[in-house]
Amino acid sequence: MSAVAGTHAQDHHHGPARGISRWLLTTNHKDIGSMYLIFSFTMFLLGGTMAMVIRAELFQPGLQIVQPEFFNQMTTMHGLIMVFGAVMPAFVGLANWMVPLMIGAPDMALPRMNNWSFWLLPCAFLILVSTLFMEGGAPNFGWTFYAPLSTTYGPPSTTFFIFAIHIMGVSSIMGAINVIATVLNMRAPGMTLMKMPMFVWTWLITAFLLIAVMPVLAGVVTMMLMDINFGTSFFNAAGGGDPVLFQHVFWFFGHPEVYIMILPAFGAISHIIPAFSRKKLFGYASMVYAVGAIALLSFLVWAHHMFTVGVPVAGQLFFMYATLLIAVPTGVKVFNWVATMFRGSLTFEAPMLFAIAFVILFTIGGFSGLMLAIAPADFQYHDTYFVVAHFHYVLVPGAIFGIFASAYFWLPKWTGHMYDETLAKTHFWLSFVGMNLAFFPMHFLGLAGMPRRIPDYALQFADFNMVSSVGAFMFGATQLLFLLIVVKCVKGGEKAAAKPWDGAEGLEWTLPSPAPYHTFSTPPEVK
Amino acid sequence: MAEQQASKPTPQRSNTRVIGWCVASVIGMFAFGFAMVPLYDVFCDITGINGKTSGRYESTERTAADMTRTIKVQFLAQNGPGMPWVFRPVERSVEVHPGEATTVNFYAENPTDKDMVGQAVPSLSPSEGTLYFHKTECFCFNQQPLSAGENTHMPLVFIVDQDLPSHITKLTLSYTLYDQGEPQAAVTSTTNTTIIDNG
Repeated sequence: MSAVAGTHAQDHHHGPARGISRWLLTTNHKDIGSMYLIFSFTMFLLGGTMAMVIRAELFQPGLQIVQPEFFNQMTTMHGLIMVFGAVMPAFVGLANWMVPLMIGAPDMALPRMNNWSFWLLPCAFLILVSTLFMEGGAPNFGWTFYAPLSTTYGPPSTTFFIFAIHIMGVSSIMGAINVIATVLNMRAPGMTLMKMPMFVWTWLITAFLLIAVMPVLAGVVTMMLMDINFGTSFFNAAGGGDPVLFQHVFWFFGHPEVYIMILPAFGAISHIIPAFSRKKLFGYASMVYAVGAIALLSFLVWAHHMFTVGVPVAGQLFFMYATLLIAVPTGVKVFNWVATMFRGSLTFEAPMLFAIAFVILFTIGGFSGLMLAIAPADFQYHDTYFVVAHFHYVLVPGAIFGIFASAYFWLPKWTGHMYDETLAKTHFWLSFVGMNLAFFPMHFLGLAGMPRRIPDYALQFADFNMVSSVGAFMFGATQLLFLLIVVKCVKGGEKAAAKPWDGAEGLEWTLPSPAPYHTFSTPPEVK
Repeated sequence: MAEQQASKPTPQRSNTRVIGWCVASVIGMFAFGFAMVPLYDVFCDITGINGKTSGRYESTERTAADMTRTIKVQFLAQNGPGMPWVFRPVERSVEVHPGEATTVNFYAENPTDKDMVGQAVPSLSPSEGTLYFHKTECFCFNQQPLSAGENTHMPLVFIVDQDLPSHITKLTLSYTLYDQGEPQAAVTSTTNTTIIDNG
């Protein structure tokens, strides 16, 4: 470790530039990683505020607070902001910070492109959020923007929405190219692919998924743009097009997209559970192959989102079995995490609490996914709150708890200070209880037939909706506590050791805390 | 995977190579998104899913009708958004034997004071029967111009295939008639009007 620290002394132009230009012009992976994370949290609060509006309206039956038109804009923008603004940038931020540190590289392979891909994001979301103030309102057709709702019947701001999607797509693709180039070319000598940390592996596979499907998303919104403004008929039956085609192209992107949002969390959890179990990760190779298998299968299951539009029986069977097959590699991963904890010497610091909750609650979300995958049953669940419950169970305690666990795990390395453990545990328990209160009753609501994306509901759904809203307010308010914890940790606190967690492994812990501005200028040797 | 380590060119060169491959994949996948449009049409044509009936049927060797089976064919006609025409089938349903050619008519009338062009788009239910429903002549193959106040009977000649699965006894053919605008503009811009009407 001291050898690594010593190399920095010879670096003449070390340390960041001063003022705003440091952030505008930086090519440093740590700065860019921090900006991604801050941006992501800002979007998380914005998207969360919209969720609060939705839950406030659904607190009681009837229309109280907002009009249905605005409610539809809220559900749409909440989905878009959380998916593209909160979850994806958070993982890109984690990749920027951690991938070079984990593979012993001095920076990302393409630092200037890295800067560009970050600064495109605020532009994209400025455009997207500005649609709220335009005439006709923001997009109101749901985050899946099905044609013809988004083409023939969409508000005038749809064109701005399309442009925003294009820009954030370019940003994601550049981020993915950067990760691939970094991982393939900049690993420390001796680090073969099968010695790479799991987070790096999962991000490499995620980056391939991004390269494969973000262009398809760009393609589908381009077709929308042409249908709306240039008189083509991709999705317009009057001109020989087909609205169902939209759903095929969209979900060809959309299903791999949901794995893009979860695979990096799988990787981070595969570091955190071994660290706090003080054991090596059980079944490293099977973990790698499982992630690869999930990624490949994700291209073969898209039509399970579309059973009700009329898929022939053979197609329904194929997509049903292919979807059920994904449970096998996912099961391998869950088994390995549990086996890692088995007979481990466990302690329950905040990252571990979030990681264990991740394993349990993500599995619940996976099981409701299996229920939805069964084609004949899906007709009952389709477009009900059961679907909402399912994907919030995989995204909130899945992706978001994965991000929280990673943040607490690596905060000491980023800031050089320990976070406040008591506050962090409070954050965990309030989030855990709030999140379950908010989303578990949605299963029952969906099974009882409450449709999603509707601002009003029948009286018999009132009690569960009230519970759900209370849980949502609790979860939402708790996230301000997270902000407080992070700010406190950045400003000061107990000094963090180079390796604050005794069970943790990996190159990042050989560096001092906080990690110096330039690291691994000479690559470490990996045995 | 191991040779990646063994023969390592300079980082700059291998970065360029990685970028090259990635950009090529991005362009390829963008093109694939668009390629899904014709692929989807071909796929629907071959499998008959989605109720898309195919184009003009050239009759083949088998002409003898299967008199032992009777299939009820129902007709629906509806207007697309903003289409003012009167549009209805002359016969609501007919009973046919597989293999025999049947002619039915649809009535269309343009009650407005402008010359207009309409285009009918067919859809067959159940979609499983789509492959076995052949049209030898159909008004839906062409656009239908009607001047102000004019009306017409539009013919459809169809044959239900002898190979129609035995559990299907009823087929429903639905036409949606879309406004294609003024006669001269109809060929170049087919959809503008509908979009603007509902935007």
